[in-house]
Amino acid sequence: MTTTPQGNEKHAVPGYVRDHGTHPPLDYPGYGSTALRHPKRPLQLLPHLLTEVTGPLLGEGPIGELDHDLTRQHAGEPQGQRIIVHGRVRESDGRPVPHTLIEVWQANAGGRYRHTGDNWPCPLDPNFTGVGRTITDAEGRYRFVTVRPGAYPWKNHDNAWRPAHIHFSLFGRAFTQRLVTQMYFPGDPLFFQDPMWNSIPDEKARERLLCRFDYENTQPEWALAYEWDIVLRGRESTPFESEVDDD
Amino acid sequence: MNDTTPETTPSQTVGPYLHIGLHWPNGPFVVAEDHPGGIWIRGTLTDGAGQPVPDGLIETWQADPNGRFDHSDDPRGAASYPGFRAFGRCDTDERGEFGILTLRPGAVPGPGDTVQAPHIDVSVFARGMLHRTVTRVYFPENTEANAADPVLSGITDPRARSTLIAEPATDGYRFDIRLQGENETVFFDI
Ligand SMILES: [Fe+2]
Repeated sequence: MTTTPQGNEKHAVPGYVRDHGTHPPLDYPGYGSTALRHPKRPLQLLPHLLTEVTGPLLGEGPIGELDHDLTRQHAGEPQGQRIIVHGRVRESDGRPVPHTLIEVWQANAGGRYRHTGDNWPCPLDPNFTGVGRTITDAEGRYRFVTVRPGAYPWKNHDNAWRPAHIHFSLFGRAFTQRLVTQMYFPGDPLFFQDPMWNSIPDEKARERLLCRFDYENTQPEWALAYEWDIVLRGRESTPFESEVDDD
Repeated sequence: MNDTTPETTPSQTVGPYLHIGLHWPNGPFVVAEDHPGGIWIRGTLTDGAGQPVPDGLIETWQADPNGRFDHSDDPRGAASYPGFRAFGRCDTDERGEFGILTLRPGAVPGPGDTVQAPHIDVSVFARGMLHRTVTRVYFPENTEANAADPVLSGITDPRARSTLIAEPATDGYRFDIRLQGENETVFFDI
């Protein structure tokens, strides 16, 4: 791939890779709610200019000591299988994304969200809110402690159930890198009927939403570990880097 | 590129319960309420049937009033602006409405010798959207700068272009976002 620096010498900035092949389409009939919520006009190409290659650096935001531990935000511990979810955030050129904000939210062990709109007959857990946040370290690593979320029903199609998942929100360093996604667990029997999962055209790309069971980091007498790496769009190679490659 | 280049993680929808995960009480305040020169950018997010979208999220990112960013990837260098966060976030309410209190951005250099008119980048997330969409807010009073803006002038249909121009309002501007239908907002391939 080649670089298309935007701007004159003084304001030249490398753009970010355009990774359309990775993502689901906005119009996906299997997911009924997309019908009225996808633009019908073709998208207008936006070059990556200064507003797009910069972005909020929220690394020093107010993060509470227990924000990353969803099992310790109440007087008691929540029901369910305690798990550690950890991994690295990198750019597609391989470099880590340090000091970046990650936000997560999820259902409780039975599959119920602490949200006024979630009313299916599954009890709330008084000891579980299901919301966490953390900042990656200097190597782009993050770690949450939580309980494994349950599957839950929804009304998209007959007998529709969402596979167990944790919602993730990431910023990276640039407006172009903003990503909201969901992490899934390996071997979930519900994928076949889940339009979110199946909306991703490339099967290999779908599998990048799967965490990996991590026995090595599983803590004896305490918690199972799962590892999930996240990759944000990286920069197109810069002229400087091409020169280095030529050596 | 080499074999070890990791491939990017796909997007998924924020789903119906984004409010618990992504609501920030101070999200709409790019500047504090008593900051001089603050303007509200308010709007309604609507779907293809013209119905409000109550489970959406709007995020904004913009230059400061001097056209600068507090970010080292800006070749002009990082520049901070006291009391200004540059980033705004507001989840939509039951009427599909959102509001961001901010400052008017300055003009920003564009490709070559062009100048980008003052603008705000906007991300739109919602249940029913498998990926965010991106649009831009421009300001109605900047007629000449808007006409010379390299991004706006790339939109040939004047009616489509007008969906990116905010409307004056008593405490700032109105910027409605229509995901689909007549007067559908222009969204960008970013
Ligand atoms: Fe969910």
